[in-house]
Amino acid sequence: MLIPVVDDDGAPFWEYAARGELRVQGCADCGELRFPPRPCCPHCRSFASEWRRVSGRGRVWSYVLPHPPLLPDYAEQAPYNVVLVELADAPRIRLVGNLVSEAGAGLDSVPVERIRIGARVQVVFTATALPQWVLERP
Amino acid sequence: MAVLKDATAVVGIGQTSFAKQLPESERALACRAILAALDDAGISPDEVDALASYTMEETDEVEVAKALGLGDLTYFSKVGFGGGGSCATVAHLATAIATGQATVGVAWRSRKRGSGPRPWKNTTVQLPTPAQWTRPYGLLRPADEIAMLARRHMHEYGTTRDHLFNVALACRNRANQNPAAIMYDRPLTREMYMNSRWISEPLCLYDNCLETDGALACVLVSAERARDCRRPPVYVHSAAQGLPAQHHGMVNYWNDDPLTGPAWTAARHLWKHADFTPDDVDVAQIYDAFTALVPLSLEGYGFCGRGEGGAYTEGGALEIGGRLPLNTSGGGLSEAYVHGFNLITEGVRQLRGTSTAQVPGAATCLVTAGEGVPTSALLLRS
Repeated sequence: MLIPVVDDDGAPFWEYAARGELRVQGCADCGELRFPPRPCCPHCRSFASEWRRVSGRGRVWSYVLPHPPLLPDYAEQAPYNVVLVELADAPRIRLVGNLVSEAGAGLDSVPVERIRIGARVQVVFTATALPQWVLERP
Repeated sequence: MAVLKDATAVVGIGQTSFAKQLPESERALACRAILAALDDAGISPDEVDALASYTMEETDEVEVAKALGLGDLTYFSKVGFGGGGSCATVAHLATAIATGQATVGVAWRSRKRGSGPRPWKNTTVQLPTPAQWTRPYGLLRPADEIAMLARRHMHEYGTTRDHLFNVALACRNRANQNPAAIMYDRPLTREMYMNSRWISEPLCLYDNCLETDGALACVLVSAERARDCRRPPVYVHSAAQGLPAQHHGMVNYWNDDPLTGPAWTAARHLWKHADFTPDDVDVAQIYDAFTALVPLSLEGYGFCGRGEGGAYTEGGALEIGGRLPLNTSGGGLSEAYVHGFNLITEGVRQLRGTSTAQVPGAATCLVTAGEGVPTSALLLRS
């Protein structure tokens, strides 16, 4: 499986994820949240930023079900789901992830018929600090 | 201020054959396509003083110029973002010629995407941003990234698989008229489409473009010089690039409205400088790496309202005789996928009156580059 190739701006996201915390970069001056992380606030051009904890709740904005040809580790689980989750605390921030039955479960662990746009989801973290999502009402 | 409108014209087009696998190198294919385009124009290679291509093009200017015996180059340019750069190569040459930086420009693309590797399989050069936010979760391929937008468009606006089939079918029908097209002798039916295997649900096999080896080129000169060339000039009436504020590339998931892509930005600029409107476009060559890009582009370029791109395809709208004949050589879906350059050359053929699926009396053509990435577009006129 691919692991995140982390850059300077994104590193804090993954450090917090390793502690089981979902945090989003925000401007320390004007307060606007932004994603993906970047060095400068596009609203006020401040270079001061902070990482704000969010509730980890969201809704499925869209999803796809990839089928082969895929990289081998992914092909083994195909078809699996990839969801785009709109954060309840910041609707314009949408995180790509997987809907799973429980933290660390396979990318195909939720039956396809259970996945729908608008479903409420909650973040969980794998042992390798990757955020995943479970249905609030499985 | 120098103006771009009708100041330059495409006077030559050229291409190699298209196939899943061609024996020659990308460099050799590039040279053949460029020579064919110059011969079509009746211009000697040593008169070329400008080149433009894509950043993903692997044959560089030095190689092209020394192999073909080009003259001294005073302008050379490469445009980023894969298929989003196709029309911009012509736009950059038009700008250079209109402002006196060069006199004879060649744009080209040579690619062995049919026999070469799939770019998404490379796990060592993935960019840290935004790949760190997408690829670990198995959102691996452009098809997956665009399928995410397609599903949302279906959910919000009632776009259906039949709408996407209409796009695939129009392209295939035109390819069936074009002996140069890879799918020339392979008709498509609704049954084949609906029963084909998934690639990334909701996109199936026929929603995806071909994987092709081939090369194409075109030659640009000033409108004044164009009158002396071998073929009727096809004027660059308007040209635009588009990278919207807070756009994020193919995974444009992090702004207010991911379904309003770069096409909208390019379109505003394109129409602002044009003497005609979407209603006056006789034929369109719209970038079709995936069928779902066509409804999004129809909306972005103003052929219909927001959310109406799926419904627009109904009733044979995209066929010859419909309200907007589409991708009349077969497009990336059914002629060849060479990062959209075949859409430019087909636009030129339509306005010369030499297409294998000629729209009677076509005098205006929209050509677009890839939607979903920083893009570009051209309005051509005869």
